[in-house]
Amino acid sequence: MKNKFIIIFLCIFSIELSAAEINNLESKIFKNLRCIVCQGQSIAESNSDFAQTIKIVVRDKIDQGDNEKEIYKFLAEKYGEWIIYKPKFNYINSLLWFSPYIVLVFGGLLILKYLRRKKN
Amino acid sequence: MKISFLKIISISLVVFALIVFFLALNIDKRYSTEKIVGKNVDNFEIIFLNNDAVFKKQDLTNDKYHLINIWASWCLPCRKEHPILMRLKKENNLIIVGINFKDKKLNANDFLRELGNPYDFSLSDKDGTKSILFGVYGIPESILIDKKHKIINKFIGPLNVKDYEDILQLVNEK
Repeated sequence: MKNKFIIIFLCIFSIELSAAEINNLESKIFKNLRCIVCQGQSIAESNSDFAQTIKIVVRDKIDQGDNEKEIYKFLAEKYGEWIIYKPKFNYINSLLWFSPYIVLVFGGLLILKYLRRKKN
Repeated sequence: MKISFLKIISISLVVFALIVFFLALNIDKRYSTEKIVGKNVDNFEIIFLNNDAVFKKQDLTNDKYHLINIWASWCLPCRKEHPILMRLKKENNLIIVGINFKDKKLNANDFLRELGNPYDFSLSDKDGTKSILFGVYGIPESILIDKKHKIINKFIGPLNVKDYEDILQLVNEK
């Protein structure tokens, strides 16, 4: 009897955990998708018709077993890379990805040099 | 002439920032159809407007061009483009597939009764999710598909006389 209770408890617990995981994935994807008919809003923030439709499509895709990458790929094929906030890493936007690090290193060197000069 | 290390770094940072700005400003931030045009139509299954039968990609024939038009009775620009669709209906080499978008069946049928029915197949996309397959973000939009089921043009907004002429030219190309 006690074992049955534990099994039931674990089943309910695991169902709730997987539902929470799906919700997390959903909201992560919504936040990373641009509402292309809105002004600076993500799909998560927008109540536009377009955003509502994209939300349904994303939920359907998750239910069908598609992963995050596959969903982004599908939408980028239809609407272009512009629909995804986080740009894909490729040779064209590699500069965009590396620029903060380059600026950080050079900026650091610049400050260091300035401080040394001031000290002398 | 001695150039200081400080100057080299400062100039490199400014040049680098200018390059990043130049590249970023040249990125087209508008919705573009370039991803859709030239690709084959994805598999789809859409129910008919007036019955529960399903229209599939396999139902697109191989001997004619298809124009998929996404419309709704509540959409004013759809009313504006309707005469163009009625003219295109006369084209033998073209099959027009209408996808009624987020609409009420009664209103859609009233619209077609009032203005005429240009569609060889009338389909219904109640929640708008099917139209995402065609990269639709507003209506009306039309997609021209060749005999091999490749998307050859996409028209955003109501079809006009220029679009009509372009479609005629494309579907009659040998």
